[in-house]
Order: sequence, then structure tokens, then C-alpha cells
Amino acid sequence: MSIHASPRALRASSWWRPVAARLDRFAGGVFILPAVLVILAFSIFPLLTSLYVSLSRLGFSEGGVQLKFVGFANYAKLLFGIDRPHFLGVSGPLTPIGIAVLVAIYGLFAFLLYRYARGPNLTVGGLVGRVLATAIAGALVWLVVNTILTSGRPGTLVVTLVYVAVDVSVQYLLGLGLALLVVQHLPGRRFFRVVFLLPMMITPVGVAYLFRMLVDTSKGPLYPLWAHFGLTDISWVTNPWGARLAVMVGDIWQWTPFIFIVLLAAIETLPHELVEAAVVDGANRLQVFWRITFPQILPATVTVVLIRIIEGFKIVDLPNVLTNGGPGTATESLTLHAYTIWRALDIGGSAAVAYMLLIVVTFVGISYVNLLRPRAAAA
Amino acid sequence: MSRILARALVLLVGVGVIAACSNGSNTSSNQSFSGTTIRVVTFTGPQIAEPLQRRAPDFEKATGAKVQIITVPFSDLYQKVLTDFSTKTNSYDATVFDPQWMGDYVPPGYLEDLTDRVKNDSALQWNDIAPFFRDFSATFKGKVYTIPLDGDFQMVYYRKDLLQKDGLKAPETWDDYISIAQHFQGKDLNGDGKPDYGSCLAMKRSAQSYWAWISIAAAYLQSQGTKQGAFFNTDTMQPLTNNPAAAAALTVYKQLSKIGPPEQLNQDVGDSRGLFVTGRCALSLDWGDIGPLAVDKTQSTVQDKVGAVILPGSKKVLDRSSNQLVDCNATLCPYATNGVNHSPFAAFGGWSGAINKAASAKVKDAAFAFLSYMSQPAQSSVDVTIGKTGFNPYRSSHFTNMGPWTASGMSDQAAKDYLGAIQSSLQSPNMVLDLRIPQTAFYQQTALDTALAQFLAGEISLSQTMTQITNQWNAKTDEIGRQSQLDAYRSSLSITK
Repeated sequence: MSIHASPRALRASSWWRPVAARLDRFAGGVFILPAVLVILAFSIFPLLTSLYVSLSRLGFSEGGVQLKFVGFANYAKLLFGIDRPHFLGVSGPLTPIGIAVLVAIYGLFAFLLYRYARGPNLTVGGLVGRVLATAIAGALVWLVVNTILTSGRPGTLVVTLVYVAVDVSVQYLLGLGLALLVVQHLPGRRFFRVVFLLPMMITPVGVAYLFRMLVDTSKGPLYPLWAHFGLTDISWVTNPWGARLAVMVGDIWQWTPFIFIVLLAAIETLPHELVEAAVVDGANRLQVFWRITFPQILPATVTVVLIRIIEGFKIVDLPNVLTNGGPGTATESLTLHAYTIWRALDIGGSAAVAYMLLIVVTFVGISYVNLLRPRAAAA
Repeated sequence: MSRILARALVLLVGVGVIAACSNGSNTSSNQSFSGTTIRVVTFTGPQIAEPLQRRAPDFEKATGAKVQIITVPFSDLYQKVLTDFSTKTNSYDATVFDPQWMGDYVPPGYLEDLTDRVKNDSALQWNDIAPFFRDFSATFKGKVYTIPLDGDFQMVYYRKDLLQKDGLKAPETWDDYISIAQHFQGKDLNGDGKPDYGSCLAMKRSAQSYWAWISIAAAYLQSQGTKQGAFFNTDTMQPLTNNPAAAAALTVYKQLSKIGPPEQLNQDVGDSRGLFVTGRCALSLDWGDIGPLAVDKTQSTVQDKVGAVILPGSKKVLDRSSNQLVDCNATLCPYATNGVNHSPFAAFGGWSGAINKAASAKVKDAAFAFLSYMSQPAQSSVDVTIGKTGFNPYRSSHFTNMGPWTASGMSDQAAKDYLGAIQSSLQSPNMVLDLRIPQTAFYQQTALDTALAQFLAGEISLSQTMTQITNQWNAKTDEIGRQSQLDAYRSSLSITK
């Protein structure tokens, strides 16, 4: 059957076609506009407003409030002024261990830069970005080593970095281990799959109270255990590292299931043929994991770890409920630091801490993605 | 017979009319607030919120008003209400809060002036409220802005049975307190076979610990009457936090952190009270709450075993001319008893009710009627005897009307001990007023509290602690304006009983 278009229809299509093409060209923008407006209204605008707030000081006036512009005074207070020990910590004289750690890490940074500079992918922009990232990372490492591996004390920035590094590493190892266990054909695997997810379902404040009871050696559900080992006179949460450990254990307990469920999904979708072929070729279990499974789940790994890093920087519930940031400021995270200042209505100071957090999270997130993206893409 | 019946009927009607009038005077008027809703914000209970929630239905029944009690955590209350009022959100019509914060609330005009209302409300019995609470808690620069619902002094509680058994006296000085605490530390004090504690204090960060430190420091810092002040030099607004008196108080505080439960640095008053009334501590430092809690049969194992005394003092005080800690003498310590300078600390100042100036006239009337109802002797004389209310005595009648106290289960002797300790604090000419200047929350809750927590945790040394507090306070004073802060501080001190 042949189709014959009428002259009228042909005329209509001749003017409609360019209009339709133009509409098609703008369709993407039109469809995305509502989302952009929502993001502008609820994300970008508050971000810019809070930037202005971080450059201001709040005062109360007759019937309202006043925001007085103070420039970078709130940031200067954190980085160079009276809040510097609270934010950055106090450094002590370097110990031999500290020097060894610094030499090893700085040597690694130098090696990576050298390898990039000599490699085939060298670009001016890439080199500048890497030098800048290395400088910032080097400064953060210096801060961590000088406040933790010396007689000094870490500030809220370093405490938060420690939380993120330890929590995310342990969560990933445990989550991956559990996921690998659950994909085995073990009895009760469905039951354990649900049980492993339970901690994630509990509100963080509930988890904090739970751990507060568990670490209380003078009473609580574990009292008989502490009493048996003669530990009733020892308090976990009044020792700086004991308290930090309690916070980290709580966070690891709660968020390991998140990594577990994502990696489990990734592992379960892997094609069996590759593994079977490798086994036929004589590969052992470690080789199968390292050469086949791990590269295949690398994209999921990169994503889930990035999410946990970003979330980890925002930790506040556990240290707030478990120890109120104490003993001293030992368990205070950056978010809790901002919250503590905000409670006294120093909104400018609080916004400055929040912006410092944003800068650090952005830097760590971008560096992490840039470091692992090529590998994930290759996988 | 019919005449007798008629007379009985008349008598009955008469009694009914009098009862109705009496009810009316307690709650301002019958059903006069029908359709009016009052939104009252205070801190998360059970303390303070409990009596408001318990009595709201009676008030609603009598007046027709609807009362909503909104609760937020104590650490958020200051900024939550201030943000609500200052941004003109006005989602709260009234607040039951810390009168220390009036320095931030009154100057910008957020609170309703209640001066005329309290004068015209006979049922409130304003003059029955102790002068200190009328003049300090309720008044700011000569005008009344709050209705006191609570009386707050810190004092020392001790296990009378244990001290008597071992021939010890209640502590007169902080040195006595430490030696008694050391004497009982590690001994079984409640017969459960477990070692107990010499002293239990709230030392948790972002809780009530800084009030305990001020209670100790007051004895060393202020000796010449209330107007001398314990926080700043009243001529220069320089903090009194970097001197031998502050050092002595920090030393005592650190010693006490080691004579108590292992978790003490992570415990607030809820924890220390629980330990004390279950017989696990020989001594404690607290507001008036332990008195009623100790007779509460549902939780206390130390009924009639608890004594209370005015805060311990010191035989050495700060000589402000030489900035040295020197022995008390008649000139330096005019109010000393047996050479011991006592400086009872009116910590916090007592929970008080205030009204949002931006509320409508009808709502303001209803809110005032509710706060008045809560404070009237008929209600408050019972509420101050119940431990979980968090309300402590603040009216003259609370000290003279012993009926509610004995009805609550307190023995005559225990009631006399408890009320005597409060009265001796209340009547002291050397009482220390709590800080009440703009941004008091920063000076105490942020700067002082953090430094004390760091000191107890060993993060900073004694001299670093004093320097840190002093620098933080000075920076905030300069930021706001030294002269205006000085004026505010002097103004708060001139209001004495």
C-alpha cells in the first residue's frame, strides 16, 4: 500500500518542520528547567546566602536582627585567631615516628607526581591541578601528623578526617567481606542478609544511646562482662581515644550495611562465565577475587565509598549524643563544632565552620574521583 | 423542717458562689479565653514541662483557653526562641526559660512588659515571691518581664547517716568536701556489695558542669557582697578568670573529677541525681531538686538519710587590689562565718515564664493568666515538693507552709534541713548572681563550658584554661562593645534584694 500526501499536508509540514526542530532543540532545556529552578531555590540560593552569613556577624536590634559584614573575620578566627586550637588543633614537637610517616607520605606524593609528569597523559592543566591537590593533601597530612603523632592534640578538622578515614576503610572491608560471604551458598543466607541490614534502619540517635549504654562500664547490659574482667573502674568515654573509638565503632556498626548491600548487588550481577572460565584455567579463589570480581565491582566501589566519604564528613549524631563532643573536644566533629557555635547564636562563626567543611569535602571528593575514575573506567 | 431545708439550700448556694468566685480569682475569669490558643515553649521534660503539661487541662477547663506545651532540648532552647522572636516567625506566644537570657531578649523588645499586670493580679500574690526572685529573675532594668516558677540555688547534699556514723560534719569548706569525698570513695554506701563514690557531680560537656565550677569558684572570688560580682571587674569588664582564685577553684574541680564515678566526665545532673538517690554517693552538688527526689519512694533508697547545707566556702579569698589569694579577715570577708567565706550561687536564676510581645492582646492576656495560675501558691506550693517537676521553692509561703512538704513524704527534720539550706543561701548578703548580659550563652555555655571540659580531659593545663577563658570572654566583650557590656553587667548587679 502506498501513501500519498495531499498538497495541503505538504504545505503544513514545510512550515512545521523547522518549528518542530527548534522545539526539539529546546525540549531538553524546558524539561530540565523545573529541576534547575528547584535546585537554585533550595540549594544554590541558600549556599550563597550562607556564604554571606559566614562573612557577617549577627546582632539583635529593635524588633529584628542585623547582619553586620565583617569580611573574613570569622575565617581568620578559625585559622589564625582564638578558635585555631579548637579547629586545627595544637601541634607538638615532631617525633621520629611522625618524621618517618611524613617522609613516607611525602615521598609517595612526589613519586606519583613524577610518574604523571613522565607519563603519556601529561597536560598543563592536569599537572597544575595535581600540584595544587598534592599541596593541600600535604598540608592536611602535616596537620594530622603534627597533632596526633606528637604531644599536641587534634582539632575538630583532624578528628573528622580520622573518623572518615577509619570509618570508611573499616566499613568497606567489613561490607565487602560480608557481601562475599552472603553470596556463597550457605545455610541461612537470606536471614543474615536481612539481619546485616538492621543497623542501617535504626536512627543514628538511637544507635548513639545504644552505644552509650554498651560502653558504660558501671552499669548497663555489658556490666557483667566488664565486672568479670575487672574493668568497672575504667571508662571508655572519658579517655580521648577510647571515646573516639566508641564513636567510630558505632558509626562502623551502623553504616557497614550500606556498603554491604551495594556491593552485594554488584557481586550478584556479575556474569558467572568469567569466574567459571578462570576456575577451569586453574585460578585460585584469591586470584578470582583480585583479577575478576574486584575489577568488576570497582565502579560500584568507587561510588559507594564516595557516598560514605561525603556522609562521613557530616557525622554529628553519634558524638553529640554519646559524649557531647567530650571528653574536652576529643570527639567533636566539624558539624558538631558548627552546631555548638550555632547554639550560642554565633551564626556567622557557625557558617564559617560549615564552609570550611564544604571546602574540605569538595577537595577530598574531587581528588578521590580523579584518582580512581580512570581505573574504574578501565574496569 | 421546711425552714431548715430552705436554710441548708441557701447555705449550699452561698458556699457554691464563694467556691466559684474563688476558682475565678485563681484563673482570672471563667471561660473568658474560650477559643484562644496559647503556645508555650520550654525545654524537654520531664522537669519543667511536666507541671505545665499536668496543669494545663485544669486551666483549660476553667478558662476555655487551649494550652499547647512545646518542648525542645535545653541546649537548643535559647537560640530556638530567640530566632523565632527575632525573625518575627512568632510561633510561640510564651516561653518558660532561663531569666539569664533576658539580656538578649529584652533590649530588642521581644518580651511583653508585665509590670502593670503583676500589680493588678491579686491572685498571683506577687509580694509572696521572695525578693531575690522578684528583683533578679523577674526584673530587667526596673521592669517586670517574667513570672518566676522556680527558685534556683546550688547547694551541697550529703548522706547524713554515713557522716554521723563516721563522726564527720557536713562540709564547711571545699577542702572539707574533698576530704569527706575521699573518705567514702570506693566504700559500699548502699549495702549492695559494690564500691560506691565519695562525690557525684555533673561534669558532662554541654550540660550543667560550668554552674558547678562557678559554685566552687564563687567562694574564692566574691567576699564583699553581691555587688562585688564574681565574673568581671565592675570597672574594666576584665574577666575574673585568670587569677589565683580561679586557679584554686580549677584545682578543686579537677580533684573532684577523680573522686567519683568513672563515667563522671560524661554525666549530667540526671545521672548524678540518679546515683545519689539510689545511695551510691556520699556527697553531691546540685540545685534544690535532690531534696524532693530523695523522698520519692518510687526511686529513692535514701529517704530521711539526706542532709543539705549552703555551698561550702573558703578561708582564703581573692584580694582584688593585690590579685592574690589571702586569708579572710574582717575587711576582706565581712560576711564570713567562723572565718569561712560562703558565696551561695543563684545558678541559672530559676525557670521563669515570659510572654512574646508580638502575640495578640487576647493571647497575651491568656498567657499571663496561665503563667499566673502556675505560680499561684495553690499550685506552686504542691509543685515545688514534687521532684520530677524541677521546680524548687521561691515563695515565702513555700518556706512557712510545711503541709505540702510533709504530705510529700518528707519528715519534719528533713524539710527543715532542706528549706534551711535554701533560706540561708537566699538570705546571704554575699549571694552570687548568675551572669545576665547580652550573649551570656556564649560566655558560659560555649567558652567556659568548652574550656572546663578540655581542662578535665587533660587537653589543656590549668594556666592554659584560665588564659583560654579570659581570651574568649575578652574577644566577645570587645566584639559586642566593652562599655555596653560593662553597663549591662553593672546594671544586673545593682538589682539586689
